[in-house]
Amino acid sequence: MRIVLIGGSGVPLFEQIKDAIRENILGGALPAGGQLPSVRELSRDLKVSILTVKKAYDELEQEGFITTRQGLGSFVRGDNAALVLEEKQKKLEERLLEAIRLSKEAGLSRQELLSLTDYLYEDGEHGQQDRV
Amino acid sequence: MDNRIEFENLRKRYKAFTLGELSFSVPRGYITGLIGRNGAGKTTAIRALLSLIGFEGRLLVDGRPVSGPDYLQRVGAVMDEPFLAGEWAMQAVNAAMAIAYERWDAQAFFARLERFGIAPALRVKELSRGMRIKLMLACALSHGADLLVLDEPTSGLDPMMRDEFVDILKEFVEDERNTVLFSTHITQDLEAVADYIVFIDQGCLVDSCPKDEFMERYRLWRGGPELAGRLSPDILLGVKSTAVGTEALVRQGTPPPPGADILAEAPSIEKIMTLYGRKA
Repeated sequence: MRIVLIGGSGVPLFEQIKDAIRENILGGALPAGGQLPSVRELSRDLKVSILTVKKAYDELEQEGFITTRQGLGSFVRGDNAALVLEEKQKKLEERLLEAIRLSKEAGLSRQELLSLTDYLYEDGEHGQQDRV
Repeated sequence: MDNRIEFENLRKRYKAFTLGELSFSVPRGYITGLIGRNGAGKTTAIRALLSLIGFEGRLLVDGRPVSGPDYLQRVGAVMDEPFLAGEWAMQAVNAAMAIAYERWDAQAFFARLERFGIAPALRVKELSRGMRIKLMLACALSHGADLLVLDEPTSGLDPMMRDEFVDILKEFVEDERNTVLFSTHITQDLEAVADYIVFIDQGCLVDSCPKDEFMERYRLWRGGPELAGRLSPDILLGVKSTAVGTEALVRQGTPPPPGADILAEAPSIEKIMTLYGRKA
């Protein structure tokens, strides 16, 4: 798992921790059923308050990403496949909206954007193979 | 809340300074930072906690009023002035500690010394300030204490040692039965690790809450030199003006005066401490 905190970014630390763990779950670095470091371990490693990490874990639990079993620790939920899909879809929608906005700025028609998408979709599949 | 230590109406009168009345608690399992500028009363509060001075008010340990010095067996103290004799080599320190503490662990002590790079043959007076702090820390951690009380431990330490020091505290509270109270005016260390903040000024409590909450309670306004005169004293917690600018500390949520050209930001603990109570 990888967590990089940025000081003075204006984003509260607990939120940065939460986002980082969520990214690790969505990206598969933390697999379903996998155990997270304990609140106190992570707070030691990140050198932040125990309460800051606790808040991040509490919110991740509320959002259904992790579950905490008393005395055992916190785990990535195994039944979160739908949630992961939903998150990815949300991210996809955000990026598509961004693309639509940019294409409007650039004066592209809807058809042109769709053709471009088609082209890149095909190219992307080949491109994957070309990559070293 | 499960408190390791509670002070109720602590008061200590000196000729030139009175501490209190001051009530605050130190929650079990966490690191609490006692902050305030020099002379705010931090050391007096810590000396009272260690029964090094007499005081008015009540001290509760594990929820019960203190009746004798027994509670100190489980308290590891690191004070600004070392309490060890200068002539002592480490073997003598070990012997003295073994007399003072029922649960003194000589093996743990020498293992710590080795980890801290302190050769047993060295005498206390031959140690640098940083090494002395480490020696006191080695003592504090070698008699089964579950409460560490540290008075200005990081002043005089270089940044690397401060970092190492912070690691040791974090390691200590990995066991949730352990508690740390440390006083400091060097706030970078605290900003990183403290869970709770107790902020005192001129002998009185200003704030006592989780650190993240503490930092959200204040706003720092920056503006031109004319800004200081435009702010009502009712909203100002502290202000500093120079020929070219003004820094003002206010509560979070304070509406700025209409039309004022202000840059608002979240202040660091250090800013809060230095501006608090300051008059233009």
